[in-house]
Amino acid sequence: MIQFVLKRLGTTIPTFIGVSIITFLFIRLIPGDPILIMAGERGMSAERHAKLLAQYGYDQPLWQQYWDYLSGMLRGDLGISFRTKRPVWDEFFALFPATLELSVCAIIFSIIIGIPSGIVAAIYRGKWPDQLLMSTALVGFSMPIFWWALLLIIFFSGTLGWTPVSGRISLLYYFPAETGFMLIDAWRSGQEGAFRSAIDHLILPTIVLGTIPLAVIARQTRSAMLEVLSEDYIRTARAKGLSPFRINGLHALRNALIPVITVIGLSVGTLLAGAILTETIFSWPGIGKWMVESIRSRDYPVVQGGLMLIAGMVMLVNLFVDLLYGIINPKIRKS
Amino acid sequence: MALLEVNNLTVEFKTSQGPFRAVDSIDVAVGANDVLAIVGESGSGKSVSMLAVMGLLPWTATVTADSMMFNGVDLAGLDSKQRRDIVGKDMSMIFQEPMSSLNPCFTVGFQLREALKAHLPLSRRERKHRAVELLEMVGIPEPTKRLGAFPHQLSGGMNQRVMIAMAIACKPKLLIADEPTTALDVTIQAQILELLLELNQQHDMALVLITHDMGVVAETAQRVSVQYAGQKVEEQSVEALFATPRHPYTHALLAALPERATGKMLPSIPGVVPGQFDRPSGCLFSPRCEFATELCVKEVPIANSDDPTSVRCHYPLGKSASVA
Repeated sequence: MIQFVLKRLGTTIPTFIGVSIITFLFIRLIPGDPILIMAGERGMSAERHAKLLAQYGYDQPLWQQYWDYLSGMLRGDLGISFRTKRPVWDEFFALFPATLELSVCAIIFSIIIGIPSGIVAAIYRGKWPDQLLMSTALVGFSMPIFWWALLLIIFFSGTLGWTPVSGRISLLYYFPAETGFMLIDAWRSGQEGAFRSAIDHLILPTIVLGTIPLAVIARQTRSAMLEVLSEDYIRTARAKGLSPFRINGLHALRNALIPVITVIGLSVGTLLAGAILTETIFSWPGIGKWMVESIRSRDYPVVQGGLMLIAGMVMLVNLFVDLLYGIINPKIRKS
Repeated sequence: MALLEVNNLTVEFKTSQGPFRAVDSIDVAVGANDVLAIVGESGSGKSVSMLAVMGLLPWTATVTADSMMFNGVDLAGLDSKQRRDIVGKDMSMIFQEPMSSLNPCFTVGFQLREALKAHLPLSRRERKHRAVELLEMVGIPEPTKRLGAFPHQLSGGMNQRVMIAMAIACKPKLLIADEPTTALDVTIQAQILELLLELNQQHDMALVLITHDMGVVAETAQRVSVQYAGQKVEEQSVEALFATPRHPYTHALLAALPERATGKMLPSIPGVVPGQFDRPSGCLFSPRCEFATELCVKEVPIANSDDPTSVRCHYPLGKSASVA
């Protein structure tokens, strides 16, 4: 097992270098000079521009710049943001808990509803529960996310007044962000109603962000289950006289989980990169918005560093998924 | 009274091209402690008829029968819960592909204990003890250690032994073995058959052996039922069948045995079993039968169900046609 983990970690090194080259090059391929953008509409003199370029090292040849960036990264130094003058590292970890909190809630929501829906659809294949669930999933998958978010806000926040419209917690509460996770901080603050308020604020963003993964997981579970249900070992399980619940929920599901876990892993990857639309609509201070603003202002260190950290997270999730494969189906561990 | 007595069993599958009759009014009777072999080519409905008895057919299948008595109970009259209480306990089945018939995600021990848990009121410790005992009974070395093994860590023969252990876990009265040795090496085949016969004799367990291998039939069975294209064409004791096959199909099957061949070329039956769209109007075997006449093409032969020696043929063969 340890050997497997080390081996898998080894294979992430080339990926990591590849990602670093791509992020480094792509931000420089976008037209626009970060120094001029910082100066804004006033513009600046040619001498001052040249001086600033030299100060940030952007007058160096590309390979030299890349080398500085890479060696800085290896020392744990991701640079300083142009916009806020704060270290990229600090900025990232101030915002990331918000994204992580929302992503985890969204993925749990989509798993809890998606997997049972897929199982039910597979068991009743071709009958009305299957058709109802799968057409709903298709609608969920194809719906524009901002439109869906607005519908929910209009109905639940506007008409019914059940949930807040935006933000992470009601303005009535204030406490220092110790962990960055609003649920945990609110709980620990001990203020009455704070935890409840944090949950209320999470509901709609969770549903909105979880809708597409939910649809993908439900459809993937259905097709994986259909494949597994025709396997010989399912017939054996039935020949033992086991209950349908045990056959479907244990014997079939465990085998069907491999492709489902794969799509869950991929969904977690995209969610961690920040849900730009969802974060914008609900004024959620996560890294999605932060990344978009940094790209717009050509904030090279933030774009490079932020992307590297996100890529690192995604790689970690994939490593975890690979480990899960072997735990779910020991046959995979062998090959 | 027989342990299993099925009358006029018919199984139809819904297909996109209309219904397909895989089993056509078959009678099966197995006495306690009997060994019945069901033989026939691929597509003759051997497995389907037994899967119907077990209640393991997919939802696309429609099973009808005049009666399906097992151990004094009419299986057709049971709801699915009552059926599950019998299946896997009093009546169990093993399959052709041992490697794919065990769940790759669970250990052998888990799958074995699960079969016990489903039907017997044993404690955890008793189940484990019984699992070891069962593996020992089917001849698996180091049974305690094997309980923790996954199916992919065992050979095909070992997996089939595990399947057998699972099937006999609750001391069934009837074991249906669906081509249990087809996927195994010849040496392992003999061992598995020997094991099945041993269980049959020592544990008062009737055995239905589905096979297309006449050699296996000769070595194991007491009675033989020959099926063709979903119909039973004849049933005899094994000695009588090999000595005097009465149906031309049985005759042709026996003539195709390599050990009985006299010429340079092995004899074979021309053509294939009719499928969904090329079913002949008269006797189903008539297009391939060397004795067929106009009557065979026109009229369906019916076996007299009161006469056990009766066969589904207009011109049953007598002693003179013996190929021994």
